[in-house]
Amino acid sequence: MLHLHNFLLVLVVNTNHHKEMLDSFHPLREVVVSIWVGLYQGQGFPQQPYQGGGGGQRMAGPSSMQQPAPRKLDPDQMPSPIQVIEDDMRNRSGVFSTATKGAVPPLVTTKFIVQDQGNCSPRFLRSTMYNIPCTSDMLKNCHIPFALTISPFAKIHDQEIPPPVVNLGEIGPVRCKRCKAYMSPHMMFIDGGRRFQCVYCGAATDVPAEYFAHLDHTGRRVDCYDRPELCLGSYEFVATKDYCKNGVLPKAPAFIFMIDVSYNSVKSGLVNIICDRLKDDILVNLPKESGMEESEIRVGFVTYAKEIHFYNVKGNLAQPQMLVVSDLEDMFVPLLDGFLVTLAESETVIDSLLSQIPQMFGESRETETILGPVIQAGLDALKSAERSGKLYIFHTSLPIAEAPGKLKNRDDRKLLGTEKEKTILSPQTTFYTKLGQECVAAGCSVDLFLFPNAYVDVASIGDVCRLTGGNMYKYSYFQADLDGERFLEDLRRNVENQTAFDAILRVRTSTGIRPVDFCGNFFMANTTDVELSAMDRDQAINVEIKHDDKLNEADGAYIQVAVLFTSVSGQRRLRIHNMALNCCTQMADLFRNCELDALINYLSKQAIKTSLNTNPRQVRENIINECAQILACYRKNCASPSSAGQLILP
Amino acid sequence: MIEALSMTGGLECQKMATYQDFIQQNEDRDGVRFSWNVWPSSRIEATRMVIPLGCLYTPLKERPDLPPIQYDPVLCTRPTCRAILNPFCQVDYRAKIWACNFCFQRNPFPPQYQAISEQHQPAEIIPQFSTIEYTITRATCHPPVFLIVLDTCMDEEDLQAVKESLQMSLSLLPPNALIGLVTYGKMVQVHELGCEGCSKSYVFRGTKDLNAKQIQEMLGIGRGPTVQQQQRGGQNPQQHQLPSNRFLQPVHKCDMSLTDLLGELQRDPWPVSQGKRPLRSTGVALSIAVGLLECTFPNTGARIMLFVGGPCTQGPGMVVDDELKHPIRSHHDIEKDNVKYMKKAMKHYEALANRAANNGHVVDIYSCALDQTGLHEMKFCPRYTGGHMVMGDSFNTSLFKQTFQRVFSKDGKGEFKMGFGATVEVKTSREVKVSGAIGPCVSLGVKGPSVSETELGLGGTCQWKMCGLYPNSTLALFFEVVNQHNAPIPQGGRGYLQFITQYQHSSGQRRVRVTTLARNWADASTNIQHISAGFDQEAAAVLMARLAVFRAETDDGPDVLRWLDRMLIRLCQKFGDYHKDDSNSFRFTDNFSLYPQFMFHLRRSHFLQVFNNSPDETSYYSLGCTDTQADKPVLLDTSSIQPDRILLMDTFFQIVIYHGETIHLWRKQGYQNQPEYENFRQLLNAPVDDAQEILQTRFPMPRYIDTEHGGSQARFLLSRVNPSQTHNNAYGWGQVIIFQFLFFIILMKNYLKEVVQKNLVGFLKLGYDNLGM
Repeated sequence: MLHLHNFLLVLVVNTNHHKEMLDSFHPLREVVVSIWVGLYQGQGFPQQPYQGGGGGQRMAGPSSMQQPAPRKLDPDQMPSPIQVIEDDMRNRSGVFSTATKGAVPPLVTTKFIVQDQGNCSPRFLRSTMYNIPCTSDMLKNCHIPFALTISPFAKIHDQEIPPPVVNLGEIGPVRCKRCKAYMSPHMMFIDGGRRFQCVYCGAATDVPAEYFAHLDHTGRRVDCYDRPELCLGSYEFVATKDYCKNGVLPKAPAFIFMIDVSYNSVKSGLVNIICDRLKDDILVNLPKESGMEESEIRVGFVTYAKEIHFYNVKGNLAQPQMLVVSDLEDMFVPLLDGFLVTLAESETVIDSLLSQIPQMFGESRETETILGPVIQAGLDALKSAERSGKLYIFHTSLPIAEAPGKLKNRDDRKLLGTEKEKTILSPQTTFYTKLGQECVAAGCSVDLFLFPNAYVDVASIGDVCRLTGGNMYKYSYFQADLDGERFLEDLRRNVENQTAFDAILRVRTSTGIRPVDFCGNFFMANTTDVELSAMDRDQAINVEIKHDDKLNEADGAYIQVAVLFTSVSGQRRLRIHNMALNCCTQMADLFRNCELDALINYLSKQAIKTSLNTNPRQVRENIINECAQILACYRKNCASPSSAGQLILP
Repeated sequence: MIEALSMTGGLECQKMATYQDFIQQNEDRDGVRFSWNVWPSSRIEATRMVIPLGCLYTPLKERPDLPPIQYDPVLCTRPTCRAILNPFCQVDYRAKIWACNFCFQRNPFPPQYQAISEQHQPAEIIPQFSTIEYTITRATCHPPVFLIVLDTCMDEEDLQAVKESLQMSLSLLPPNALIGLVTYGKMVQVHELGCEGCSKSYVFRGTKDLNAKQIQEMLGIGRGPTVQQQQRGGQNPQQHQLPSNRFLQPVHKCDMSLTDLLGELQRDPWPVSQGKRPLRSTGVALSIAVGLLECTFPNTGARIMLFVGGPCTQGPGMVVDDELKHPIRSHHDIEKDNVKYMKKAMKHYEALANRAANNGHVVDIYSCALDQTGLHEMKFCPRYTGGHMVMGDSFNTSLFKQTFQRVFSKDGKGEFKMGFGATVEVKTSREVKVSGAIGPCVSLGVKGPSVSETELGLGGTCQWKMCGLYPNSTLALFFEVVNQHNAPIPQGGRGYLQFITQYQHSSGQRRVRVTTLARNWADASTNIQHISAGFDQEAAAVLMARLAVFRAETDDGPDVLRWLDRMLIRLCQKFGDYHKDDSNSFRFTDNFSLYPQFMFHLRRSHFLQVFNNSPDETSYYSLGCTDTQADKPVLLDTSSIQPDRILLMDTFFQIVIYHGETIHLWRKQGYQNQPEYENFRQLLNAPVDDAQEILQTRFPMPRYIDTEHGGSQARFLLSRVNPSQTHNNAYGWGQVIIFQFLFFIILMKNYLKEVVQKNLVGFLKLGYDNLGM
């Protein structure tokens, strides 16, 4: 129980980490499994050391929790999570083929190679259960949530083949005329190939003449294996103009590096280390399209303290030009040409700029900073350049200077762990929330790197990152010589991993079930489209699925995840992931085909989400109740009768 | 009055021996010309003189012979008077006392004057120094400040030309002068000067007006007023040296970097789509420039030099929107009140002009574009501050380049011919009061005993501010005789005026120039001939022209014209010599003879006629009118356009050389290149040389047009001349003056009806008959 408390505390206090922790399956697994198991042991299970994904510093939460009285259980009889992991590793390592419908994938800890044979890799899409109850009653009774964890751009194993890109030219992706689902291996061709029947909604759509192919005797198209969208679980379509903002094909995305040059920032060595290393360690690793020599990504530079300095780094300039905007109330971008450049064209000017910045601000005595206008400036820059992209903001202190987005210092540690805790865990103004929504609309994602020596109110400013699919890192009491490498590694990884910009994600399911709840760092303007300004390989979102009708056991259930995005080279594409699941009417089938990693991922994300609305104690109770009910259901429906004191695990 | 046509054959204006010399001498010594050089001795008589009593005063008249006086002037001790010791004061050398000639107060000389005697007089009481200049050594010395405000929305070629002109101008500035650079297009950039490694500029949105305090905060200058006050309070001259900041740097420190900066300047990079004008934020740029100087160098001589290549299309001060399909307003639109932006823009620029004037800063506008740029709206800036306004077609013309170079012309001592932040104060003796001024000045609203109740021009004050001052800047001052008819002035009494001009010399010194004048009184009822003999028709014409232009600003054109006509008729009635009902008997004395001619051309000039001109051009020309002096007058008539003549027309803004038909033919055939026609070559060159002479001295440089009979550019000449030829070729030159006058009246018959009905009717009628109408 203690672990759960501590774990949640860590999660809750480190809101700056929560995203990162939850986004990746791997680091969480150990902790999560230990809780999962430890919960039923009722007693302290040796805590696995948590290592963030190369992550920032962790704040220790106060652990003055009352430990509940341990129940009498024999620890030796408990299944060891290590044991489970190792068994799985032993049994399931190697090739995992996705041909079978509803096959439970290996644990995330197991090293396996996926062979895409019509269903997508579990790296992209995992479900909490691979055998879905046919009715909503049954799902309700089992108390296991039916949820998907989607990581559409997850890193794949070296030996796996990345989803191929399909270009259908002018006609664009072939889609169902009713539910707009994209062509997939699960679609059924009828009428000799002239029409296809949608597996999701059941509508029959005419096949475009250009796309027609004859069917063989099994009813499959003869070109089945020539077209990835007819035989693979994951693939990409090249989108046409109809899929672009304002009907214009997008330009390559841009990264804007925005560096705080206030006194604190200079003193801690942050400005120096960024300027020193940014080009050689970071910019050379800008993501590029596979097969391309140079990255198409544009870069721009901004420094700020109480006013914002833009830099013109156009390649033909003898020296960089600094343009200062001090009208904070009404932020705008002072230049168009020469602000966003490719590294290749302006390398010397960028070098000269990065060597100038530490000199120019070496004597900075400015201690007050701004943040709102900085984000607005970056947003406006991307907007006026008509590009999507990311803002990398290196920020040191609470923005208290007189400007939009000014924050009060409300650091009140006494409130932590009390009923009022949620007030300081939620934003103090709606400014950053609104700003985040504006950013999403423009395809601008914000990553915050915080280097505070005092309270910075992550709860308020973090909203921008949350809504725009950005990341947040926090390095308290940063010192360049001690923490520099860690920070640079985080930054490098972040820059390198960026894959999709200005993305819209949509989940389509068979009739009878539908996605109801989305959880993750994104913005939703309506109930179905998940908007993300940027997505990297580590990012994942959770979707809870509920029944609105009965499912047919014979048909099974189908799920298609489509992400419309702008690639690193500025190409508008769609990435499609397909998954087929089985349906069942027996509880036993259900429990047998549950996926633990996805389940814990989902439960912990839900816990954090609710912790912002209720107090931590209630969150803990909720989780315990949920677990207890799952076990109770198992005991009632699946296990052989035994004594009342006996705990039975699936 | 500015119209002048001098024939190569030479038709000289006749000179009046005595008064002409007196007037010329006075002008040379004091820079003053009066409409009346003998003053009518009572209010009633003065008003009957038709032409108001007034003078043209050129405060900085070039006087290289003035002694350098390095002490403060001696003031009259009466607090309401404070006139300065002058040659007209009575001095008691024994008692060391002088009597003020304005208030008759007896003042002791200050201790340092102990040594004076009849033989040993200080310069200020020697009669030849009725104009004298003091250099105040106590005052702190500020170098002049030049702030360049440059539009970047222009053609590559134009921008290059203006950049080169600016780079060239750096070498003309004194090394200690402060210089700053603001560029603008869609945004406004204030450049920090003297940055190493990375050029730096502050950028402002072109649509948002900012007050001085906001600009100060945003530019981060002079943070905390307390610091500034301390600095100001501290009298330590070492610390007080140069209050330069990052944006305004001494030329010698930053000329290299500024040259580079100008060199790297690019055209405004914001895209301009088809059918649009570029977004140009002249209004905000000027506002920022004014604000920057306001918070850094208030009451210090400074020039804002604004270079515009097109109309302001956004933000405050916009004169037209960015849609090319909407043309910029014309006189026609203004008349119909069909102007969307004009009033707001004018309000904006007028407010700016007032702010700049209050701080003693000059605003120059150099506008070069084929279309209008909104000078009509911006005219207040140069007008209130005494700045230059130059209008041309392109920055890449010699017209602009040489005009701009002339701004920095220097006098014999190598100092700029410009003064800054001047206040002109007028002191009068009891019988006269000052009723107003017209010229490149603003009223300071200072009441005093010498202020008249009636206003003519900018009145109600005895002090005016002239932010920019040049050797040719001329103020028209109007006076009112307040002496009552029943209080005759004692025999030999004279009227006195004193003009005190304090200004910042281009070297930074504070100087005071004092001009004291005396004129005789005459009783108009008995000695009208004395008064009329003292009439200066040129000065009178200029004064009337200024009044007319001043009125035209507020009233409608026709009203002003009617007023001018009425004034002329009344003048003719009063001073003309004629037998009733006999037009041929009408004679004017010589010193009135050209006045009707001046009025006629004034009526037809750009100043009052807007036909065929844009509002911008009108503003440009009328500013020129109020800025400078009269020129030498001769006649314009179509009868002078003869095949065998070369004509030179000088309209101040244009110089036209016109070759008659025959001459042109000869020229085309190349006679001038044949040695046997040497005299023809000389004839051809003569007007060109004359024109060159004018071109070299005139500011702004006139448009130079060389044309011939039937040439397209001949319209410049034809549009200005008298169309007498169409009616009557028979009259010879001898009758020209009276004939012109008659003709003039005929042209105006519609306006004149009610005036002439009295006793001029017959006279007019005869005139018509004469002309066969």
